Amino acid sequence: MKVEAILRINGVAVPVEIEPHWSLLRAVRDAVGLTGAKEGCDDSECGACMMLLDGEPVNSCSYLALQAQDREITTVEGLAAPGELSDLQSSFLEHGAVQCGFCTPGMLISATALLRRTQDPSEEEVRIALAGNLCRCTGYGAIVDAVLATAAGRAADSVP
Amino acid sequence: MSASLATASTVEQALAQLAAGARPVAGGTDLVVGARQGKAPLPERLVAIHRLAELSEIRESSTEVALGALVSHRRCSESGTVRDRLTALADACAIVGSIATRTTGTLGGNLMNASPAMETGGPLLCFGASVTLRSAAGSRSLGIDELLAGPGRTTAASDELLEAVSVPLPPAGTGSCYARLEYRRQMEIAIAGATAVVTLANGEVTDARIAMTALSPAIGRAGEAEAALIGSGGEPDAIRRAAQALAAAASPISDVRASASYRRAMAVVIGRRAIEAALARARGEWVPVPASTALHGGVR
Ligand SMILES: Cc1cc2nc3c(=O)[nH]c(=O)nc-3n(C[C@H](O)[C@H](O)[C@H](O)COP(=O)(O)OP(=O)(O)OC[C@H]3O[C@@H](n4cnc5c(N)ncnc54)[C@H](O)[C@@H]3O)c2cc1C
Ligand code: FES
Ligand code: FES
Repeated sequence: MKVEAILRINGVAVPVEIEPHWSLLRAVRDAVGLTGAKEGCDDSECGACMMLLDGEPVNSCSYLALQAQDREITTVEGLAAPGELSDLQSSFLEHGAVQCGFCTPGMLISATALLRRTQDPSEEEVRIALAGNLCRCTGYGAIVDAVLATAAGRAADSVP
Repeated sequence: MSASLATASTVEQALAQLAAGARPVAGGTDLVVGARQGKAPLPERLVAIHRLAELSEIRESSTEVALGALVSHRRCSESGTVRDRLTALADACAIVGSIATRTTGTLGGNLMNASPAMETGGPLLCFGASVTLRSAAGSRSLGIDELLAGPGRTTAASDELLEAVSVPLPPAGTGSCYARLEYRRQMEIAIAGATAVVTLANGEVTDARIAMTALSPAIGRAGEAEAALIGSGGEPDAIRRAAQALAAAASPISDVRASASYRRAMAVVIGRRAIEAALARARGEWVPVPASTALHGGVR
């Protein structure tokens, strides 16, 4: 039997009717209609479904939606204002870090969390932060470069 | 009955739900993922315990660290006291899954899931940790060895909630390490793992605790390996004998990830690495956390 819940997604409180055992991914895609986060494996291996929960990455396919109540959920749609791109998203485009694009929402979420944690990550730290995100197309190099370039760009911007 | 999920705001509410047949879910990284993979369907009646603040604390005293059941692998591996004094546990928590797994997965869930390949069991066993289990009827304390009963099995009753894990701080001169054989650096499941906790006094090993992971149905200590080290000066020969004794005590299985004979052969290598790093740390030398990656020679 469906239950009522309120999910705070990208700063907006959204009332939903969901089954108690639905994953956060299913609730956000099917009940809310935000389809940026993807379902790849549905068992925590690929990271295509990655969202932020209170700023930290979570595999939303394997997290119960009801456990996300009263917490701040961020999906790829929430990384920039509608029609705009974050610096990280622009950097992905500039570096050719997007091919089929299926992994991209999850990559952006994991990398966003990393860059909030660490202003100046090493290549090693970027690779570890993205270890839960699989990409079948790019070979990862361009994605890692895009994240490193974003960090470098922010450092340059903050020099007075 | 149809599926339900209650969110507990107090331990009492959680215990009442357990007594009525509900299954606890903390991070869900075993329970929910297991259901997704078709290992076991999600129990119909769930009680979410993730909001219980009492179970999320790390309490430190001069003699022990009490880790709440809801402490995540990430918080555990980032705790200064855990890194300094219970280094093998930091090694273990720092290599669980990916950063998302480490942020969501909890110590309580890791122990209660009782996988023979679970990362925290070996270190907690060697440090002589105990758990507090609580039900509506009362509380009891159990050693880790008494809790872990076999693959996926614990001795806890279904109405018992794991509240905290108490880990006594080892004496000065102690160094420890958890090492795991890795085919890749993250998102790995242990193929063979070893924990070593050694205490040195005037260059002599006065205490040694060695345990194996993913090498037997439940994580267990290897007494013969410990005996091979105690009284030695931690020389290469003693380390080799201890690592061989560890492998001899193993009863590994063959599965999709490795054959039993390969696991046994690797037990010697991983056992040696764990003991060497624990001795180095006991002497005050620096070995990075997590140790596994460094001990593999930084191979990508
Ligand atoms: C991609 C991925 C990678 C992983 N890698 C590793 C790894 O490298 N090493 C490793 O050891 N594990 C790994 N795991 C397994 C898992 O993440 C850990 O075991 C984690 O610690 C489980 O914690 P949880 O809170 O998510 O447990 P849950 O799934 O919420 O619960 C697990 C079990 O414990 C019970 N339970 C939970 N809390 C309590 C409590 N307080 N009292 C009583 N019962 C309780 C539940 O009912 C359930 O049976 C991985 C999982 C995934 C998805
Ligand atoms: S869909 Fe969630 S990790 Fe693959
Ligand atoms: S771009 Fe296709 S999976 Fe990454």
